[in-house]
Amino acid sequence: MPAPIRPVSITAHTATSALGRGLTAHLDALRARRSGLRANDFTAVELECAIGRVDGLEQAALPDEHALFECRNNRLAWLGIQQDDFLSQVRAAIARHGADRVALLAATSTSSIGASEEAYARLDKGRIAHDLRRPPVHTPHSLGIFLEQALGTRGPCLTTATACSSSAKIFAKAERMIRLGVVDAAVLVGVDSLCGSVLFGFNALELVAPEACRPFDARRRGISIGEAAGFALLERGVSPSAPQLIGWGESSDAHHMSTPHPQGLGARLALQGALERAGLAAESVDYINLHGTATPKNDEVEATVIADSFPARTRASSSKGWTGHTLGAAGILESVVCLIALQHGLVPGTLNCEQPDPLCGPQLALANESADLRIALSNSFGFGGSNCTLAFARGERA
Amino acid sequence: MNVLEVAIEGMGLWAPGWRDWTTARRGLLGDAEADAGVIKPSADLLPPAERRRAPMPVLLACDVAAQACAQAGRAPDSLPSVFVSTHGDLQITDYMCSTLAGAPRELSPIRFHNSVHNAPAGYWTIAAQCHQASTSISSWHCSFANALLETAVQAQSENSPVLLAAYDAQSTEILSAVSPSNCLFGVAMVIGAPRPGLPRLRLQPGMRTVPASDSARVPEPFHQLARENPMAAQAMPVLAALAAGVPGRLQLPSGAASGLQIEVLP
Repeated sequence: MPAPIRPVSITAHTATSALGRGLTAHLDALRARRSGLRANDFTAVELECAIGRVDGLEQAALPDEHALFECRNNRLAWLGIQQDDFLSQVRAAIARHGADRVALLAATSTSSIGASEEAYARLDKGRIAHDLRRPPVHTPHSLGIFLEQALGTRGPCLTTATACSSSAKIFAKAERMIRLGVVDAAVLVGVDSLCGSVLFGFNALELVAPEACRPFDARRRGISIGEAAGFALLERGVSPSAPQLIGWGESSDAHHMSTPHPQGLGARLALQGALERAGLAAESVDYINLHGTATPKNDEVEATVIADSFPARTRASSSKGWTGHTLGAAGILESVVCLIALQHGLVPGTLNCEQPDPLCGPQLALANESADLRIALSNSFGFGGSNCTLAFARGERA
Repeated sequence: MNVLEVAIEGMGLWAPGWRDWTTARRGLLGDAEADAGVIKPSADLLPPAERRRAPMPVLLACDVAAQACAQAGRAPDSLPSVFVSTHGDLQITDYMCSTLAGAPRELSPIRFHNSVHNAPAGYWTIAAQCHQASTSISSWHCSFANALLETAVQAQSENSPVLLAAYDAQSTEILSAVSPSNCLFGVAMVIGAPRPGLPRLRLQPGMRTVPASDSARVPEPFHQLARENPMAAQAMPVLAALAAGVPGRLQLPSGAASGLQIEVLP
């Protein structure tokens, strides 16, 4: 059994998704129960589904000095990092700790594959056209290379790509590096953007709903794919007003590449790991942001795990009815939703869920609720059976 | 504290001509020649049906991972793992992008779920029935250095041996212009706490102070591997130092201006 960890402060965070740019846009949309999903207007070939698209990326070219990295995913990263003063807080942290004491931990599932797709769509005599013959955008680490140059961090710099658990797992990596003294701070970045690969890929697996996703509803028919950029700055030591990462758990299903373990074994192990490292019993958890993708299988398994593991007073919901499933960015986007929930005492309900699956326990919140929330969990599960649960505590209120 | 000292409990290697670390080590010392019969990784841990269907990076990573576990005397289901690749599965990237450019609705669901960067980790954990944590990373041409550091961080922070599997498969005609790789290469290590009798590594991240090490001092077949495969290029300085069996220091590029200082204590 892992020993409890020392909490790590989250001294800055922000997110950009279909709900808008920054924390206030997210809080407002959550409160108003205003979904960011819309009918698919992204693919050239028609595909009936809803998507969570970030407005304005087409006009948000990267500054000239970063032109080498130009692509939709890096545009989304650059747009997102400007919100809530995150970029200047990162620069201040680098100045405080020293660039070589700050890690850059990126996460994505498809990185900038949109650029590779474009290259194949307009090959020049069978070769990648000159303007797209830019090696740093055709790599899983594109986001990391770009932001390392833009931010000037000089600590460890790597991209985690474990499908839909990617940007949850970077919180665990950051805690371990900070605990061992490898670094004093870590910039966590999770970005995934809309592309043909995921829209047509999930469609081929028959996991995409024709309408906006309905997590945990008995009539759910699959996911809605979204895009998002989420950011967090983690620093050694406790700053009392900052929220904290207090636990994490990681596991493997060892069951199937694209279907969860039927009894949720991996999900249970990740949850147990997070609670043990946080030194908490399940009874102490106030809110859980569920993976809740709205696929028949994920929600069936996750509903059972939650109903088995928590008292009725714990509140649980999926926010994917607002943002869609943002894949590799989901872990950090939904961690930001947890931090918003803790700070504002807001339990977001489960948007688009009207007739809950009978497997759901009393924990599932359908409507928004107000509550005094101190401890929140976030679940992220990915292809390949990759699971991660994170535990957060609210900062002290002034 | 920012020096991590770890032991190498076991190693695996596969490249054309070299079936395992034991023969590759002799090759690195000039005491063995490449075996022309070694043309495909065997990945015996995978069930036969999976072995026929699995993408090449999966076979490669599972082959070297199983070798390292066997040499370490560790059960494959007992180890957390770190999988790392410079480029991921370029054959599948090529398939996805060409299909999307022509007939997106015909995309194969199996090839799509195999396209995730953690496909080798997924197949490995399924075949090994391993429920331990597993991560899959890339740091482009600094992949091996960052993965070695991440593996050591996990081993030390969680007080458990951890499996590292580093691999790159071949590129395709179109993608070679941006992501070149002309042959298969995989290397694996089980990294744990220092114990008497085991080779050790002392790792210290910091600013880069020396130019990237070249692999010119290894015998030609390994020099060629390093020219043709990005993971071979990144790992070769460490492999050469381990094969030499004498203490040494080297630095691997780990970012735009950073380097991982590695002291090899064989």
